[in-house]
Amino acid sequence: MGNMANKISDETMEYVGILAKLELSAQEKEAAKSDMEKMLDYIDTLNELDTSGVEPMSHVFPVHNVFREDVVTNGDNQEQTLANAPLRKEARFEVPKTIG
Amino acid sequence: MAKQYETVIGLEVHVELATRTKIFCGCSTAFGAAPNTHTCPVCTGMPGSLPVLNKQVVEYAMAIGLATNCTITRVCKFDRKNYFYPDNPQNYQISQLYLPIARDGYVEIETGGTKKKVRIHEMHMEEDAGKLVHDEWDDTSLVDYNRSGVPLVEIVSEPDMRSPEEVIAYLEKLRQIIQYLGASDCKLQEGSMRADVNLSVRETGSDVFGTRTEMKNLNSFKAIARAIEGERERQIELLETGKTVVQETRRWDDNKENSYAMRSKEDAQDYRYFPEPDLVPIVISDEWIAEIRSRQPELRGEKLERYKKEFDIPEYDAEILTESKSMADLFEATAAICKKPKKVSNWLMVETMRLMKEHGMEPEDLTFSPENLAKLIELTEAGIINSSVAKEVFEKIFSEDLDPENYVEEHGLKTVSDEGALKAAVEKVVADNPQAAADYRGGKEKALGALVGQTMKAMKGKANPGMVNQMLREMLSE
Repeated sequence: MGNMANKISDETMEYVGILAKLELSAQEKEAAKSDMEKMLDYIDTLNELDTSGVEPMSHVFPVHNVFREDVVTNGDNQEQTLANAPLRKEARFEVPKTIG
Repeated sequence: MAKQYETVIGLEVHVELATRTKIFCGCSTAFGAAPNTHTCPVCTGMPGSLPVLNKQVVEYAMAIGLATNCTITRVCKFDRKNYFYPDNPQNYQISQLYLPIARDGYVEIETGGTKKKVRIHEMHMEEDAGKLVHDEWDDTSLVDYNRSGVPLVEIVSEPDMRSPEEVIAYLEKLRQIIQYLGASDCKLQEGSMRADVNLSVRETGSDVFGTRTEMKNLNSFKAIARAIEGERERQIELLETGKTVVQETRRWDDNKENSYAMRSKEDAQDYRYFPEPDLVPIVISDEWIAEIRSRQPELRGEKLERYKKEFDIPEYDAEILTESKSMADLFEATAAICKKPKKVSNWLMVETMRLMKEHGMEPEDLTFSPENLAKLIELTEAGIINSSVAKEVFEKIFSEDLDPENYVEEHGLKTVSDEGALKAAVEKVVADNPQAAADYRGGKEKALGALVGQTMKAMKGKANPGMVNQMLREMLSE
């Protein structure tokens, strides 16, 4: 490590900010940029391994087919769920309008 | 030198599966419950909660995949699709991107006597989002998470359709297959079947695709047909005036018969999919596939053949009745009670379909019970009510599913077969209509009809028409 091969452009920072719904100050942007570059450099070490012929792994545990049967086990949970709502109205979560 | 354009259409169809519980938790999927009652930490995305896959979801998806000639993916898994929207409490939807459960299938459709295969690119399993209601008064949205986590399959077709007729034929075929499998009720109005339309236009003869747009919010076959026509016109107009079609998602407004762009440019569409770490892979064996195949219920073709053998009804009736699983179920259940399949078929083919058309309803929307239709048939067959009263009572059964025996009793609709009462009515009608009586006596058979009509009217439709006819003939030949 330490070669710092990855560079993140201002446009990429802007784009990632939009996707993550984050508004960062100029200072925070620079810090985040440097962190992300370091992360990508670290990930690059994986590329040093020869993985040709290795099947892509989709899960870390050697387990498959974990199912539940189609049986209702939960009852009315309205109060507990709504307890998490900062604002509620008519037994629903009230949020800022989302469609223009 | 007007150019000719061809419309190229592909569909993404979402179908809510008919499981009792959600895809990753034991909450009920029943429609119409009070807001947020069918919720738990899993389907509201609470930190630390863990999803466990409902086996029935996999089995319904396999059944649909097999019935649409797909190849089942032997090792499949889930991925996270990341986006922020209040209907999605986890900030990601658990879906399948890399290894969807089924791929490379097709269904056969028929339009205007021509058969055609519409290929299915893939089908994947995923969870539904919550439901938003927009409050116009105080500019807020209200969220109900009962639907969050309800299992869906999304069936993605190849861009093989060229007209609204083909699109509707394709949707009807999918709906028929899925309803017959019992995997979903496929109600467009309630949203248990939803279609997004991908559409582009190109000059006829070209083999390059134009830029496509995606249209959402289509909740009836009529809306789909209108949206396709509207979007085709819009794109052709853009091209004819030298402009370009922008690839975007548009929302169809069926009231305004217009679509508008839903997502603006700065709202980048990048879902940053990655494998879902909370769920383990699904491995599907030959034995499992064979088991699903063996459990496959009677599909439409087989049912049609059985109807022709088992019931004494015209072939045309059998075809119409089996077109929809709900209609076929209603027919069989009613016929099983009253043992009069021909009569049941008549009531469904004539009065039921007339009223459905009048109210713009689909067979799935019918709410009356086989028991009440069977009772009505018994009442009519036993001569307790006459056929015009029966039609009137049927309208009540159709709209309110009421018990016809009680209704007939309460409203005094039984056919009057009492000779004294009928005779008095007939005598009065003959006295009041000397011209018609004279005409009949003079050999005009048609005049009798008018007199029967007058008597029925005087008896408020409840007279036994056979007896009235008989009495009039006797009286006038004296």
